[in-house]
Amino acid sequence: MKITVDEDKCCGAGSCVLIAPEVFDQREDDGIVILLDAEPGAGQHAAVREAAAVCPGAAIEVSE
Amino acid sequence: MTPPRSVLIVGASAAGLSTAEALRRQGHQGRLTLLDAEPHLPYDRPPLSKQVLAGDWEPGRAQLRSQAQLDALDAEFVRGEAAVAFDAGAREVRTATGRVLRADAVVIATGLTPHRLPGQQGQAGMREPAGMQGPAGMREPAGMQGPAGMRGPGQQGLAGVHELRGLDDALTLRAHLTAARRLVVVGEGVLGGELAATARKLGLDVTLVGLGQAILADQLGGRVSGLLTRAHAERGVELRLGVAVEELTSAGGRVTGVRLATGEVLPADAVVVAIGSRPATGWLAGSGLSLGDGVECDARCRAAEGVYAVGDVASWQHEGLGRRLRLENRTNATEQAQVVAANILGADRPYTPIPYFWTDQYDIKIQAHGLPSATAEVSIVEGDPEQGRFAAVYREDGRVTGVLGWNMPKQARVLRQQHLATQPVATA
Ligand SMILES: Cc1cc2nc3c(=O)[nH]c(=O)nc-3n(C[C@H](O)[C@H](O)[C@H](O)COP(=O)(O)OP(=O)(O)OC[C@H]3O[C@@H](n4cnc5c(N)ncnc54)[C@H](O)[C@@H]3O)c2cc1C
Ligand code: SF4
Repeated sequence: MKITVDEDKCCGAGSCVLIAPEVFDQREDDGIVILLDAEPGAGQHAAVREAAAVCPGAAIEVSE
Repeated sequence: MTPPRSVLIVGASAAGLSTAEALRRQGHQGRLTLLDAEPHLPYDRPPLSKQVLAGDWEPGRAQLRSQAQLDALDAEFVRGEAAVAFDAGAREVRTATGRVLRADAVVIATGLTPHRLPGQQGQAGMREPAGMQGPAGMREPAGMQGPAGMRGPGQQGLAGVHELRGLDDALTLRAHLTAARRLVVVGEGVLGGELAATARKLGLDVTLVGLGQAILADQLGGRVSGLLTRAHAERGVELRLGVAVEELTSAGGRVTGVRLATGEVLPADAVVVAIGSRPATGWLAGSGLSLGDGVECDARCRAAEGVYAVGDVASWQHEGLGRRLRLENRTNATEQAQVVAANILGADRPYTPIPYFWTDQYDIKIQAHGLPSATAEVSIVEGDPEQGRFAAVYREDGRVTGVLGWNMPKQARVLRQQHLATQPVATA
C-alpha cells in the first residue's frame, strides 16, 4: 500500500488522525495533515482505507 | 437478510459516491448504479465558495475522484438525468426521461435545494447576458463535462442574482464577480460569510445582510460569532445585521439593488442569496416515505425496507443524543456513507457521529466539533482571540457539548478527543 496526501486539499479536520493515528498526524500551526508512514504495514490497511474514505477534503489517496 | 444483488444510489455527490465506494470496499459484488441530475463528474462543494470562486483552483481540481478511480468502482453512472418519482414499496425510481430503475436497495442522497427570495425567480429561462460570462474557458471545466443540456436552477431568474450550490452556480458567479463592483450577500450563515470573504479577496465592495445579529450566531454563539463579525468589518465588509430583506429591486430584468425592511436600498450589480436550504425531497412526494425535515430514517439510516438516506437530505435518530438529527456538512456525508453501506450489506449499526464542520473565511480557519450552540457557555482554553488563534470549549449544564478551533485545527481535534469521546466516531 502506498499513500499520498494533497496538503492543498486538506482542511485540517483531523478525521484521519482519529482513525489511523499511527499513520497520520497534523501540523501544530495550521492543522494540515502530516503523513507519518507512506507505506504502512498490513495491520494498518483497513484503518487507512477508512481514513481515505471519510476524509472531508478528499485529500488522501491510496494505491495498492 | 441476504445482501442485495443490486443497489441504486440517487445523487452521486459526496454522500452518494462515498456510499458506492464503501459498498465495494465492504464486499458488494452486485450491480451498482448511480443516478445524478447534474451532467458533471462528481465534484466537491466546499471548494466552490472558497478556492474555485476565488480562482485559486481550476474547477477540475474540485473533482472528487479521477476517471480511473471511478472506473475502478465498476458502477454504472447515469448523469444529467433527474429522478422525478419514487415508489418505496417497489424500490422503483422514475427519471425525467421516463426511464424506470429498480434495485434491491435504494439509497437517497439528493442533498439540498437552496431557499430563494421572493422575486428571485424572475422570468423563467432568463440567462446572464453574453458579456457577463467571462473567458470561454471558464464555462466548462476540463475533465468535468458530461452530457450537455442540464442547467441548474441557479441559472434561471432575475439577471445578476445568484445562488451557490453547484459547480455551474460557482462558475457563473465567478464570471459575474470578475466584472461586477458592488455585491450584496444575503444571509449571515456559513455560506454568506464565506462568500463575503471571497468577494472581498476579489476586490469587490461587499455588503452582507442578515436576519441574525452576527455572522454564524446560531451555530457558534455570541462570543465567537461576534469575533467573526468584527473580522468581516475590519476587512471592509459593510454589515446590515438584524434586518430583513424587503425585496430585490431591478430594471430591465436585471437586479439593481436590495431593499431592506428599514427602507434602505443597497445598490448592487450582483446579489448572492445564501439564506439556507431545504432537503431535496420534491421527487419523493407520494413515494410512501415519511418526509419531515428531510427523509426520516431510523437509527440505522433506513427509511423503509431496503431504502436508506445519507448526507444532507437524511434525518435520522441519533441514539447517542436521543433525538432526531439532520446535518448539512461534508464530514457527515462520508461518515454516514460508511454506516449506510454496512447496513445495506447486513450490519446492524446505529449512526452516532460527533458532528463536525469547518469554514474558511479570509485567513481564519474555524473547526467546530460536537454541537456548539448559541445557548452554551463558552470558555477559551488555549490561545488568545486578540492574537487570532484560540480554542474554545462549549458547555451546557456543565457538560461539554462542543469544541471550537479558531486557527487551531489540531488543538480542536485534541480537545474533541478529550471532551467529546463518549460518542464513538463511525468506523467500518
Ligand atoms: C458552496 C458550499 C460550500 C460548503 N462548504 C462547506 C464547508 O466548508 N465545510 C463543510 O463541512 N461543509 C460545507 N458544505 C456542505 C457540504 O458540501 C455538504 O454537506 C455535502 O456536499 C453534502 O453531500 P451530499 O452528497 O449529501 O449532497 P450534495 O453534495 O448536495 O449532492 C446531492 C446530489 O444529488 C443530486 N440530485 C439532487 N436531486 C436529484 C434528483 N431529483 N435526481 C437525481 N439527482 C439529484 C445533485 O445533483 C447532487 O449531485 C458546503 C456546501 C456548499 C454548497
Ligand atoms: S482527514 Fe483529510 S482533511 Fe482532515 S486532516 Fe486528514 S487529510 Fe486533512
